Order: sequence, then structure tokens, then C-alpha cells
Amino acid sequence: MLQFKRTTLNLAILLSGSLLLASCGGNSNTEEGGASNLTGDIQIDGSSTVYPITEAVAEEFRAEAPDVRVTVGVSGSGGGFKKFSRGDIDITNASRSIKESEANVAKENGISFLELPVAFDGLTVVVHPENDWVKDITVAELKKMWEPAAQGKIKKWNQIRPEWPDKEIHLYGAGVESGTYDYFTEAIVGESHASRGDYTASEDDNVLVQGVSTDPLALGFFGYAYYEENKAKLKAVPVNDEDETNGKGAILPSIETVKDGTYAPLSRPLFIYVNSKAAARPEVVEFVNFYLDNAGPLSEEVGYIPMPDEQYEAQKTKFQEFASGTSKKQ
Amino acid sequence: MTNADKNRLKDKAFQVFGVFCTFIGLVVLAIFLIDIIIEGASRIDWDFLTSLPSRRASRAGIYTAWVGTLWVLVLTSIIAFPLGIAAGVYLEEYSKKTKMANFLEINIANLAGVPSIIYGLLGMEMFGRIMGLGGSLLAGALTLSLLILPIIIVTTREAIKAVPRSIRDASYALGASKWQTTWNQVLPASFGGIMTGIILSLSRAVGEAAPLIVIGALAYVPFVPTSPTDEFTVLPIQIFNWTSRPQADFLVNAAAAIIILLLITFILNGIAVYLRNKWQKRVKW
Repeated sequence: MLQFKRTTLNLAILLSGSLLLASCGGNSNTEEGGASNLTGDIQIDGSSTVYPITEAVAEEFRAEAPDVRVTVGVSGSGGGFKKFSRGDIDITNASRSIKESEANVAKENGISFLELPVAFDGLTVVVHPENDWVKDITVAELKKMWEPAAQGKIKKWNQIRPEWPDKEIHLYGAGVESGTYDYFTEAIVGESHASRGDYTASEDDNVLVQGVSTDPLALGFFGYAYYEENKAKLKAVPVNDEDETNGKGAILPSIETVKDGTYAPLSRPLFIYVNSKAAARPEVVEFVNFYLDNAGPLSEEVGYIPMPDEQYEAQKTKFQEFASGTSKKQ
Repeated sequence: MTNADKNRLKDKAFQVFGVFCTFIGLVVLAIFLIDIIIEGASRIDWDFLTSLPSRRASRAGIYTAWVGTLWVLVLTSIIAFPLGIAAGVYLEEYSKKTKMANFLEINIANLAGVPSIIYGLLGMEMFGRIMGLGGSLLAGALTLSLLILPIIIVTTREAIKAVPRSIRDASYALGASKWQTTWNQVLPASFGGIMTGIILSLSRAVGEAAPLIVIGALAYVPFVPTSPTDEFTVLPIQIFNWTSRPQADFLVNAAAAIIILLLITFILNGIAVYLRNKWQKRVKW
């Protein structure tokens, strides 16, 4: 209830705030030219997970600044960072943080950048709806079935918890090239890119939905939006991180539990990275500010979980400092 | 049962088997087409063809995608056809049968089987980075040209091989040079076969998404390309993108886009078949 009140209050603040902003925007438009007179190209690439949010923002931004040409590609988080650290693109979408090796390449090429979280995704652990034995699962149990040592050994449900049936377990998960895989292994196994190899892997979450929803012995994981859209054919499993300070017991992913951080460790932030040289251009500044102003409602619309409003404000301040810092340097 | 009866029975059995094999392919194709049409046909309207991409499935369109696909096809044709046909003519009519020629031949045949993503990587490095074309239409068309060149070369050679020796001899006997013989006799006579190769190769190019994603073709492009150096997207990328969305409405969009893609392929093939038939009627020996 308290939670609810807080969100409504936030919403009210946001609404009045955006109204105020809108009126300010209107003024500056007539007085100094404003966003609608901006021109230029903004090149964005990267994660296909973050793509729907950026696409939605770019779509809305068209009304704001019709002469700015924003393009978005889907090379994946890794492919995006590769182009980003060469300076080929202005902004990259990422479903994981930049790796040290990637950051080093950027440094060598004289590129400094800023990481901005724009929304959350809750990786959801799911089983077939007819599965009546799994009521909850702990992180330790997830680790037991996904770690590299489980390969060829953990094959039955009762190996994970003795009271579960003596039946085969079929695992479905993200393909090794995806940021989702990196995040899941990091959060569950404790080491990025380490897991057993004998599971059904796909980069396409719809394929995993199809797999788990037709296999009574399945267990899989994928983005919250794919669970939300296919609720009737799947059963989400509450995850217990065995950390009492962070929400008691096993917790189901939902907009609330991901937003307040109690659905841990499987809620992950989604990022955009901004190149400092690009941040010196007015159209990019306008776009990123517009992004942070609208990412909340837009990310929810495309199936992700918005961050609390004060976090968006904090990111905006961070970005303003970053942008003004770089423009002074040049 | 006599031996003759047995043989006749075998003959009949093989005939039935052959019909069965033919129908498997057709039935699978029919099921696919019907499924796609049921799912997507109602989604196709003028707005779908003229709208920009959108986060709302009901408002999203494929305008930039189909225009991009046409651009890529036209550019690829302009680049690949002359190169492919010329290479085929050289290998068949001019080159001597040396070890080198043999080596080239084997390699070209092998190239036809290389996975398309490899061409994408090559294209990204060569056209995108070294030539500095980035993710432009030209880089995409050059990459797809590499992809379909082996098919064009191989089929061109087969078509030229099928032209009877006597035609060439007659031409030479009248004092024609090699070039005159090739241009006036061999090429017109083999045009039908060459056209078949072109149909096959274009159909392959139109469906490729992977190499284009690698070279940096985009998914969200809110403007129509106006020159070969512009950035672009194509239908297969849009379809691929929509099928991986969680919302079921995007799957309907994907089905509708597949129908448009099929239509483009059919129209292109139709033009090619028409040209081929028209040409073959003119060739009389």
C-alpha cells in the first residue's frame, strides 16, 4: 500500500514536472530555436534486448526534432561495443556493462564515454504449467544445475532437491553470444560466461518460450517481457537469494519487485553508452535528455521495467555534467 | 509373375515414389504459404507499406524496409551480373585448360557453398572498413554481389557449355573473331540458362539478413535511402527483428512482411522467366 502511494505520488510529480518541462520547451522553441530546429545524424547500435526501448524513444523523438535522423542497429551488446570503442557510432545499447578489454580499446582510440542505465529487465525462471513440484528455487540450487560441473551429471530433478521427483530435467537458456547469458552466468554461477553446455540454447527468447511451454520437465530462463506475454503457457518460479535483508524468502519477478531491488540477483539494468565527442553535439544532448525523460513510460510499454523516477533525474544530472565537461574541453 | 511383369511393377513403384518425393516439397511449401497468408494477409494495407517502423505493432510499417530491399537488389544486379557473366564467359571460352584454370574452377564451385555470414565478415572488413563505406547500401550490395557471384559464374558456364560446338565452328568459318562469335552467337543462345542463374542468385540475395547485419545494416531507419551511400534496412532484417519480439502482434507484422518479401521475389522471378521465354523463342538454329 505504501509502495502504491509512493508510485502515485511519483507519477503526480513526474506529470506536473513534465508539464512544466513541456511549457519550458515551448518557450525555448519560440525564443531560441529549441529542439525542432536541430539537425544532424545520431547513430546507435548494440543490444537487441535494449533495441525496443531505443526504437520507441527514437520514434517519439521524431516529433520533437524532425530533422534529426536517428538510426538504430542490432549488432548485439558485443558488436555494439566493438563499433562504439572504434568511434563508429555515437551511442550503443547494452544489456551488460562494458568489459575491461572493450573499455581499453576505447581508451586507445581516445574515446571517453558515459554509462547510463535506462531500465530494468527481470530474468524470469520458468517451468511448464503442469509442473506441480517446483514452488520456489534458491540461487544455490540454480547454480547447482547450471554450473559447468553439472554437465552430464545433474540430469534429474531429485538431484537438486531430494523431495522433487526422480524425473529428467530439461534445461532451456540464452545462447552463449547474448548479454542475457553473460548476466545470468555472472549472477548465478558467479563467473561470466561459465555454464554447462548441454542445454537447449537459443538467442531468440520466443524459441525458449516455445520449448518450455511444450515440455513438462523443462526449466528455463529469459526476459520478463517474454514471460509476461506468455503467462498462460508458463509458470514463473520465485527465486530465493537467501539474503534476508533483501526481501524475505522466495520472490516472484514483477514490476514492483524488480524496481525495488528485492527480486535479486536476476534483475538486471539495461544501459546506453554515450560517446563524449557525440555528447558535445546539441542534437545528441537533446536526444539523451529526451531519452531519460521518457524511458520510464516507454520501457514499460515495450515490456521492460522502469527505474524509479529519482534515478532518471540522477542520470540526467550525471549526463549534464558529462556533456558540459566535454564541450568545455573541445 | 514373369520377369517383364516384375520390371513393370518396379517401374510403377518408382513412378509412385517419384511423385511422392515431388509432392513432399510442394506440400511443405503450401503449408508454409497458407500459414503465413492466414496469419499476415489481413495486416497488409496501404498504411503497412507506407509507414515507418514503430514500437506499436499496429502502427508499424515496412516502408523503409521494402525500399531498402529494392535498392539493394538493383545495386547488386548492376554490380554482380556483368562481373559474373564476364567471368563465366572467360572461363568457358577464353581460358586455357591449365592447372591454374582448374584450381580457379574448383574454388569458384566451393565458394558457392560458403555460409553467408562469412561473406558478411569479409564485406564488413573490406567494404565497410578499408574502403570506408560503413553500413551503406553500396557496402551491402557489394557484399551480396560477392555472395551471388559464384552462382552466376557456375550457371553461366553451364549455359555456355550447352551451346553446340557447331554454332561456334560455323561462326568461325564465316571469318568471325572469338569476340564476335561470343557476342553474336554464344551469348544469345545461352541467355536462357544465364537468366536461370540470375533468378536463382537474386532469390538468394533477397532473403539474406545475416551478412547485412554484420556489415552494419540497421533495424530502425526512419528515412528512405536516396543514394547508394545512405544507411539502410531490408525486409529480412525487419522480419527477423519482429519475430524476436515478445508481443504476438509483432509476429503478425512479421508474417505480413514475409508475404511482401515473397511477392517481391515472385515479381522478380516473373520478370526473369518472361525475359527468358521471350529470348528463347528468338533463338533458332
